[in-house]
Amino acid sequence: MKQTISFTLNGNSVTVESHPMQPLLYALREDADAPGTKYGCGEGECGACTVILNDELVMSCLVPVVQAEGARVETIEGLANADELHAVQQAFLESGGAQCGICTPGMIMAGVHHLRHPERAPGGVPEALEGNLCRCTGYTRIFTAMKRAKEILSAGGTGS
Amino acid sequence: MKTNVAELQVCSPRSIDEALQQRRDIPGLTPIAGGTEVLVWLNDAKFAGKTYQSLHGLAKDWRYVRANKDGTLGIGALATYSDVRFHPVVKERYPLLVESARVTGALQIQNRGTPVGNIANGSPAADTVPSLLVYDAKLKLKSLRGERLVDLKDFFTGYRRNVMTSDELITEIVLPPPLFMPAQQHYRKVGTREAQAISKVVFAGARSAAGVRLAWGSLAPTTIRALKTEAALQNGADANAAWEILQREIAPIDDIRSTAEYRRKVARNILFEFLNKLANTL
Amino acid sequence: MPMSGEFKEKILAPLMSISTGKDLKFVGKSILRKEGIDKVTGRARYVDDVKTPGALYGKTLRSSIACGRIKKISFAPNIPWDQFTIVDARDVPYNRVLQIESDQPVLCDGVVLHREEPILLIAHEDPGLVETAIRSITVEYEREPGIFNIGEGRILKQYDIEEGDWKKEFAAAEVVFEGEYKTGAQEHVYIETNGFIACWEDECLTVHGSMQCPYYVHKALKYAFKLQDDQINVVQMTTGGGFGGKEDFPSVLAIHAALLAKKSGRTVRLIYDRAEDMASSTKRHPSISKVRTACTKDGILRAIDFSFHIDGGAYITLSPVVLSRGIVHAFGPYKWPAAKLHAQCFFTNSPPYGAFRGFGAPQSLFAIEAHMTALANHLGMDPAELRRRNFIHRGDTMPTGQVVDEDPNMEALLDRALELSDYKTKRARWKRGGGKGISLSTFMHGTGFTGSGEVYLASRVGIATTKDGGAEVRVSSTEIGQGTETVFPQIAAEALGIDISKVSFRRPETKVVPNSGPTVASRTCSVVGKLVERAAGKLKQRLAGADIRQHYAQHGEAYEEVEYVPRPGLVWDDDKYKGSAYGAYSWCVNVAEVTVDPVTAMPRVDTLTATVDVGTIINPVLAHGQMEGGIAQGIGWATCENVVLKEGLMENHHLTNYVIPTSADAARIVVEFMPSPYSEGAFGSKGVGELPMDGPGPAIVSALNDAMEAKFTHLPLLPEEMLK
Repeated sequence: MKQTISFTLNGNSVTVESHPMQPLLYALREDADAPGTKYGCGEGECGACTVILNDELVMSCLVPVVQAEGARVETIEGLANADELHAVQQAFLESGGAQCGICTPGMIMAGVHHLRHPERAPGGVPEALEGNLCRCTGYTRIFTAMKRAKEILSAGGTGS
Repeated sequence: MKTNVAELQVCSPRSIDEALQQRRDIPGLTPIAGGTEVLVWLNDAKFAGKTYQSLHGLAKDWRYVRANKDGTLGIGALATYSDVRFHPVVKERYPLLVESARVTGALQIQNRGTPVGNIANGSPAADTVPSLLVYDAKLKLKSLRGERLVDLKDFFTGYRRNVMTSDELITEIVLPPPLFMPAQQHYRKVGTREAQAISKVVFAGARSAAGVRLAWGSLAPTTIRALKTEAALQNGADANAAWEILQREIAPIDDIRSTAEYRRKVARNILFEFLNKLANTL
Repeated sequence: MPMSGEFKEKILAPLMSISTGKDLKFVGKSILRKEGIDKVTGRARYVDDVKTPGALYGKTLRSSIACGRIKKISFAPNIPWDQFTIVDARDVPYNRVLQIESDQPVLCDGVVLHREEPILLIAHEDPGLVETAIRSITVEYEREPGIFNIGEGRILKQYDIEEGDWKKEFAAAEVVFEGEYKTGAQEHVYIETNGFIACWEDECLTVHGSMQCPYYVHKALKYAFKLQDDQINVVQMTTGGGFGGKEDFPSVLAIHAALLAKKSGRTVRLIYDRAEDMASSTKRHPSISKVRTACTKDGILRAIDFSFHIDGGAYITLSPVVLSRGIVHAFGPYKWPAAKLHAQCFFTNSPPYGAFRGFGAPQSLFAIEAHMTALANHLGMDPAELRRRNFIHRGDTMPTGQVVDEDPNMEALLDRALELSDYKTKRARWKRGGGKGISLSTFMHGTGFTGSGEVYLASRVGIATTKDGGAEVRVSSTEIGQGTETVFPQIAAEALGIDISKVSFRRPETKVVPNSGPTVASRTCSVVGKLVERAAGKLKQRLAGADIRQHYAQHGEAYEEVEYVPRPGLVWDDDKYKGSAYGAYSWCVNVAEVTVDPVTAMPRVDTLTATVDVGTIINPVLAHGQMEGGIAQGIGWATCENVVLKEGLMENHHLTNYVIPTSADAARIVVEFMPSPYSEGAFGSKGVGELPMDGPGPAIVSALNDAMEAKFTHLPLLPEEMLK
């Protein structure tokens, strides 16, 4: 049976009618009109569905939507403001961190979270992004992008 | 998602009592902490269970890592791998647990998955369980009938089987005060790659004046303590003799990820590596 | 929160100005990916992101046996079947998938030839119910024994080459050395699974999907539904990776979606989940090669006898041309006075193997390159030195009959790679069996279709003026992450002499764009790009200096189209299998440095150095991206990507158990371009897409052999095999 589940998505309150065990991923994509978060495997292996839930990085394919009740959800759609990309987005664009783009939303969310909470990955960027598979880049340009994002931020660029 | 979620029943208790009542009254109820295992099954329709209990409403009660005055440590049922991994007391006293939480899945999994779930799930490849075994962990099992304390090493009775009754929940892992010097502890996860891997072999080991502990994952139907090998080492057995005994305590198999032969060889090499490390820290 | 075009300009404009050049304004500059903003903001729309209110969700019932006959199909009574659309073989107007041949049925008609072969299609508007329903159908079979090993079944395709008196060379040789080399299947793991959405309107079919080759899909739909060209529109959505996996396979899926849509009269979504995608889709062809070489004591090669066998799976799909590309690359970048090659592709009861980056060349190059290193060890020579003594040069003839008319310059690539990797020091320092190893591979990759392929394709490219004073490139070549959408505008802007911001790329849909051929074979940038260059040149001529905006206002859209013209003197004889197989080759040297954990035999590729000649670099960041990504796939293929086959089925069809490298596994990848331009490629470019896949395998296996003091000759090389 479906339930009414409310949470904030990128600062806006949303209410979805969803089965409680439906993964948050589908609630976002189909019920909350936010298809920027991608399906890649449905089993927490690829990280394409990565979002930030109450300031923690999670795979939205493994979160039953009932557990998102009242939570603060941040997705790729919420990063850029009206006229500026987030530093991580801009860095991925400049550095060639995105190729086919399907892992990009999840990868960027992991990157954003890493810049907010570097202490969560003592091993640095390779550890911070180890849950996000990319098949196009070999990760080289993604590492470059993360360096660039730090530069943009320290030069006063957008990113929180 | 191969499971039709519309066919599932889910209850979300708001209090411990309600949770325990549901455990007593609803047959076949599968509890969920972070969901990192159950949703994988559902995705692949690999699990027949139709009734679930999502414990997220009990976070205020059960999401904690608590250093007690008596020197013990309590890990609540909803404490995540990240909660454990970054807890200052755990970092100081239980390095094997920190290491094993670090190599469990990736950050996203560590932020949702729980050591208690890792135990309840009963996978022989569980990454944190060998560490907990080394530290002589005990489990608090609670039901409306009361609470009991079970040694983790006595908890598993077979492949994904344990001593819990259907009305119980694991509410806490209790770790006694640490016995081991950091230099005399060793952890090894052998996966299919550097990160986000299911283990082919897991090892946690430590030594103190009180004795040697050897715990293994992926070498038997459950995670195990190699009690006979521990005893032999205690009685002065050398590495080769210890390996002879360990061989009889493990029962590795061929599966989709590795071979019995490889697991056996790696177990031997890790045992030797660990004993070498001990010899060099005397 | 829709983002305005103005916003895009605002962000792009300052970033674009990073690039300023000397002779060329846009070519050679790292122009930012045109669709990049959509990708980094999550606004790019992949097929699964398309909203289709009222659509049905489709699902495929697949065989659970590898070989046999279907006796009975039963539908369990618990499902409201009358609400479902159910399609079987009888619903297909012509039950054949047209690829090179048309042997493969769209849906099984009684006979099953491989695991996961499609039998039935069902659709319903409730996707959850579809999942329950598909498990409520049972198929009874009469099993027959299948064939699962290369060499045991019927021959799918065979080629033979003999050049020079190879028998005499072997008889007279100072040294004869032989070895057997095997490569495993490989799964593409594009992170976006395959998917299509189909709908019919007035006897006209539109499909939206994830694909590399819109006109392949178009051709297959036309054939199966017996339609006219203009009854079909194939629209490519943003595509989340292909690597060959979306070359041939999407044709089958598009037909399936269209069948359900036709029967239901509704829009149908057919989007695979990961497990279905991995279990049922094509993989890289497994191979077994036997290589025998004759040489002097000094390592001067005299003759080669190469037997190359690959597993084609249950249907022909693209196997003949995979075999063919494998053959041409089998001889490596070396000079052979005499050569014999016997190549066969066999049918088995595996799901059909298909295109995968490199297309047969990584398999045969693995064999020759692993062999060269083994031969060097046998001779007591440095493997780099053995190669140096045998490189092919301008004027030499390849065993396929092609006279090399460019400078491969392998010596320079080799010298630089050895220097960058500090090969000599490390080779001297790292003792064999000491846990660290360094080794190399030297190789090439042909640009474009093999043999007369480009002539048959006769690709066409269009370019049109736009109202805002710019131009639009119209091709069927797709953006799949490699940069088509950016590189083509760069080429067009350069040739037209207008600003890059004024040139757009039309997202391919067959109703609108001409057939510029498939997005495969390292042909897009170089071969199709050349047509873009020519079309733009033609348009420029027509405009004769007129302001485009004014011209458009006066005359409307000006459109020019050009067709492929074979390079003069480039001749290939299909019957004799002789001639110039490719217009040009890209050349490359890889050096791999590895460390092996002594306790677990887990390998780690520490550094992979590549020196590369792919001609002119149109866009350095994108070209680096191609090299690095391809190298990472090669590293995965060599070290951890193990397709576990059981009765032809990929048993580990989950990302949990088929593992590709993570960021924590990532090697340090060093790429240096040393371009030598190719006159017939766009602004001098050659193929870049597949080349990086070819070299890591043999370099890594050889380095692991050094690290472990072993003689392995296959990949993937797993710790299970290496641990002593």
